[in-house]
Amino acid sequence: MDKRQHSGPDTPESRGLIFDIKGYSIHDGLGIRTTVFFKGCPLHCRWCHNPESQSPPASLIWHTNRCIRCGACADVCPHGAIGRNGASGVTDREKCRACMACTAVCYAEARQCVGRSLTVAEALAEIQRDVPFYDESGGGVTFSGGEPLLQGDFLQALLQACRAQGIRTAVDTCGYADWAVLDRIRAHVDLFLYDLKLLDSARHRQHTGVPNELIMENLRRLAQHGHAVIVRVPIIPGVTDDPENIRQIGEFMAATPPLRRVDLLPYHHSGIDKYARLNRSYSLTDVRPPSAEQMTAIARRLEAFGLEVKIGG
Amino acid sequence: MISARVAQLRQTSLDAKPTLSTERAELVTQFARQQTELLSAPLRRAQTFAYLMEHKTVYLGPGELIVGEKGPAPKATPTYPELCCHSLQDLDLLNSREKIPFAVSPPARQVYQDTIIPFWQGRSLRDQLFRDMTDEWQAAYEAGVFTEFMEQRAPGHTVLDDKIYHRGMLDFQQEIQRRRQALDFLGDPQAYARDQELQAMHLCAGALIRCAERHADQAEALARQATDPQRRAELERIAAVCRHVPAHAPRDFWEAVQYYWFVHLGVTTELNTWDAYCPGHLDRHLLPFYQQGLTGGTLTRDQAEELLQCLWIKFNNQPAPPKVGVTAAESGTYTDFAQVNTGGLNADGSDGVNEVTYLILDVIESMRLLQPSSSIQVSRKNPDRFVKRAARIIRTGFGQPSVFNADLIVQELVRMGKSVADARSGGSSGCVEVGAFGKESYILTGYFNMPKVLELTLHNGVDPCTGRQLGLATGDPAQFASFAEFFGAYEKQLRHFVDIKLRGNNVIERLYAVHLPAPFLSLLTDDCIARGRDYHDGGARYNTTYIQGVGLGTMTDAMTALKHHVYDQRTLTMPDLLTALAADFEGHERTRQLLLNKTPRYGNDDEYADRVMTELFEVYYNAIEGHPNTKGGVYHINLLPTTCHVYFGSVIGATPDGRKARVPLSEGISPVQGADRRGPTAVLKSAAKMDHARTGGTLLNQKFTPQVLQDEKGLDMLVQLIRTYFRLDGHHIQFNVVDAATLRAAQEHPAQHRDLIVRVAGYSDYFCDLSRALQDEIIARTEHQAF
Repeated sequence: MDKRQHSGPDTPESRGLIFDIKGYSIHDGLGIRTTVFFKGCPLHCRWCHNPESQSPPASLIWHTNRCIRCGACADVCPHGAIGRNGASGVTDREKCRACMACTAVCYAEARQCVGRSLTVAEALAEIQRDVPFYDESGGGVTFSGGEPLLQGDFLQALLQACRAQGIRTAVDTCGYADWAVLDRIRAHVDLFLYDLKLLDSARHRQHTGVPNELIMENLRRLAQHGHAVIVRVPIIPGVTDDPENIRQIGEFMAATPPLRRVDLLPYHHSGIDKYARLNRSYSLTDVRPPSAEQMTAIARRLEAFGLEVKIGG
Repeated sequence: MISARVAQLRQTSLDAKPTLSTERAELVTQFARQQTELLSAPLRRAQTFAYLMEHKTVYLGPGELIVGEKGPAPKATPTYPELCCHSLQDLDLLNSREKIPFAVSPPARQVYQDTIIPFWQGRSLRDQLFRDMTDEWQAAYEAGVFTEFMEQRAPGHTVLDDKIYHRGMLDFQQEIQRRRQALDFLGDPQAYARDQELQAMHLCAGALIRCAERHADQAEALARQATDPQRRAELERIAAVCRHVPAHAPRDFWEAVQYYWFVHLGVTTELNTWDAYCPGHLDRHLLPFYQQGLTGGTLTRDQAEELLQCLWIKFNNQPAPPKVGVTAAESGTYTDFAQVNTGGLNADGSDGVNEVTYLILDVIESMRLLQPSSSIQVSRKNPDRFVKRAARIIRTGFGQPSVFNADLIVQELVRMGKSVADARSGGSSGCVEVGAFGKESYILTGYFNMPKVLELTLHNGVDPCTGRQLGLATGDPAQFASFAEFFGAYEKQLRHFVDIKLRGNNVIERLYAVHLPAPFLSLLTDDCIARGRDYHDGGARYNTTYIQGVGLGTMTDAMTALKHHVYDQRTLTMPDLLTALAADFEGHERTRQLLLNKTPRYGNDDEYADRVMTELFEVYYNAIEGHPNTKGGVYHINLLPTTCHVYFGSVIGATPDGRKARVPLSEGISPVQGADRRGPTAVLKSAAKMDHARTGGTLLNQKFTPQVLQDEKGLDMLVQLIRTYFRLDGHHIQFNVVDAATLRAAQEHPAQHRDLIVRVAGYSDYFCDLSRALQDEIIARTEHQAF
């Protein structure tokens, strides 16, 4: 492609901020998939296991246990944000401008920049690596996050580029975006993985930071257009697992054909360590993952609405 | 399903402690002492074999249905002093070593001191072998540049085809007689040699029949004493089976299984063949007997399963022969590598999966024994159901069955010159090596330490461990102007040591041909009878010699680090790097972290690193491929380590991939432990970039957390992962399904984890039986998760 052509939002030169790309993803859609995690999310769910994905700019994370105390980070920091005392490498977050100079010299990878700016072509090249696995297994690519709809232009360009290569696409979304964004991308999406957390809007706002009307409306519209959608409900004990919430989800889905399939994602706290690496506190330390019996009980209740329920997704 | 009988036999097998039995050594010595005739080597060996079959203890244990032991009791392990005469120090070491010990009783030690050692010391093949090797061979061997498989075990590495299932030993004898009568003593200068070999085979066939008759006698004697009518009937049946096979072709499932076992005992008693002996495509061979039994109402699925379980226990009763020295280091395990294959392709190219395939998979799962090793041969023609059935066993986490690409194996074998039908009837054996079953002598001659050659190249041919000039002076590494120049020096150094190994091999092959022919193994291998030539002397239809490359991952990362940091990016100078290596990175941790983390590494589907890998592959391939051996065949390569990556690592200092001195190398074609960070698909993509079709086997290990496979989707995706690797022409893959926490707990509290089995490299083993270095190596392997 001629690089001198115009560089609009839907060209291979358009850039997106990605925080991770993981192969052998087998729980985000059909077959063996690659999941591309977009950085930035309009929601701030308290249970989020990818907290590094929430803020839109690139973030600095620090793995204390990897630090070899070489002091290279302190030497290179232009803002004097890294203490030299004892070469402990602690960052003063007030002074840090997230320039990431320290990450380049940190050979031990204790300091890492979360968030890579990729062009569509670069992202596509990474996605294409696993084409043989998609072809063999009926898999493809899943765009997740963070929230992919926050980077709508980039997402659209990347979806189109994948489709042009015959790669099946899925978008894992919280649904909190202008319908216009969804409307632009939906023709290029084979499957939506659509998160529903709480149907009570006030509680939704309390636990995620935003109300849910837009989310519900977008889901209704996707259903009206007949898109393939799997609804995903994170089961957070004490937050989303109460009978009332489950009943409302069941009723909503039953009343919104062709929605039928719902995946229940049990809470897990594998993300707790990440909060520490970001110098953030975690507010759900007392919550335990739900038991298999609890999960089955919730599944039974949703099945009563004629839904197809899977635990784990 | 496990019957009470099988449960008890299995427990007996698990409880039996490996002991060293002197019976075989004593019999061989008795025979050698009393034998005064002028005998050709084949006849001498055949008479020795007949003497063993006539005099060895007949063991028939309570409840057994399939009978015969190599030693006088389960896990009483014979020795082969004519090949390797253990010294008293060896015996004391075997008796006392922490890992893989063999109990040597005081009387056994006495027998060695009084009888075996005085007769064989200095006269064994091993003694002769080391006398015949050149100084440069000895120096390279001692430095750990390569190992030598044949120094205390005989060439074997082979697998039976279907021939015994429609022919008895009497039929073999008739064929031998026909060949003898047709010999042309006028026109064929080899006629006498052929006649000697054929006579020897004839004698061996008779000896095996005699061995079975002795078992029949024993069964009849026990039947007469038996009070339980059911057991009496079983013993009478055992006797009837042993009267019929191996003399005649088997008539039913039981006879077929028992016949194989007698043949197995024959091959592994004649010599201590590497990889014991293997039944190969047992599902195919037993299918007619199974179907006929079911149709005729003379056999049920449960009975067939029980007979196979009894066979499995027999395999498990036979530890690998006691190994010492470098051989113990490169193959530190009781596992003797007998492998049962399932699935794959029939000779006509059709789907080879059948009812017995699933029966055998049930047996593998229910028995959960180290031996025999088991594998599935996966063709694109085989159904997913078959692969998924195997995946369910893999999920249980004992490393079996291993998984092979049947379509690629056909390609590999055809490339090496086999007919398509012979290739399809072939497969994998031992760890991962391929051959034409029943028609090929395919011998693994030793491991080759690629990273050691790199270390020597980095020191201008001097071994930094000893300060001695071991290799060629290929030049001061600081003076090379480009990576290409450095790589050229490595290639020169590699060829130098490969040639030393080849010269040695050419002598060793003749030692076996001249001194220790194997007429019994020969009569089982096409076309030894037709040619009147021994298995060790080019009698087989195909004759392949392999040299197994070790440490490809370490080698790739080290070479990539040099290319990237010293030549391309110039982040390090060669002298600085050498200084850090010499210091084992003490005081150079930042350099080490640079090498570990800021270098393209193999196993991540990274073009830069993977191109270095394929270049290293080509160099190794070109150095070895196509060299003639002494048996009319040629050399090929394969890439596997058994436990040799631990030994080879122990003789190398720090390497440019950031590896500390003495630490194990990467194993097989797997990435360096922990270097693969982009998940299993990236590992498979990287590994598939080498041209597996030009090898005789590659070994790829993957470690998964149990969570990955806990649900049906996880199993289905494992099937698809395997299918994709094979679509990319990968040769073999095997899985450890265990988490590091469990392994660490087993290190802490071995007593509570006695039954924890892990995949090592081409075989499974009890975790607690592994050396600490190997345990640590397995823990360090990247643990793949799914998302």
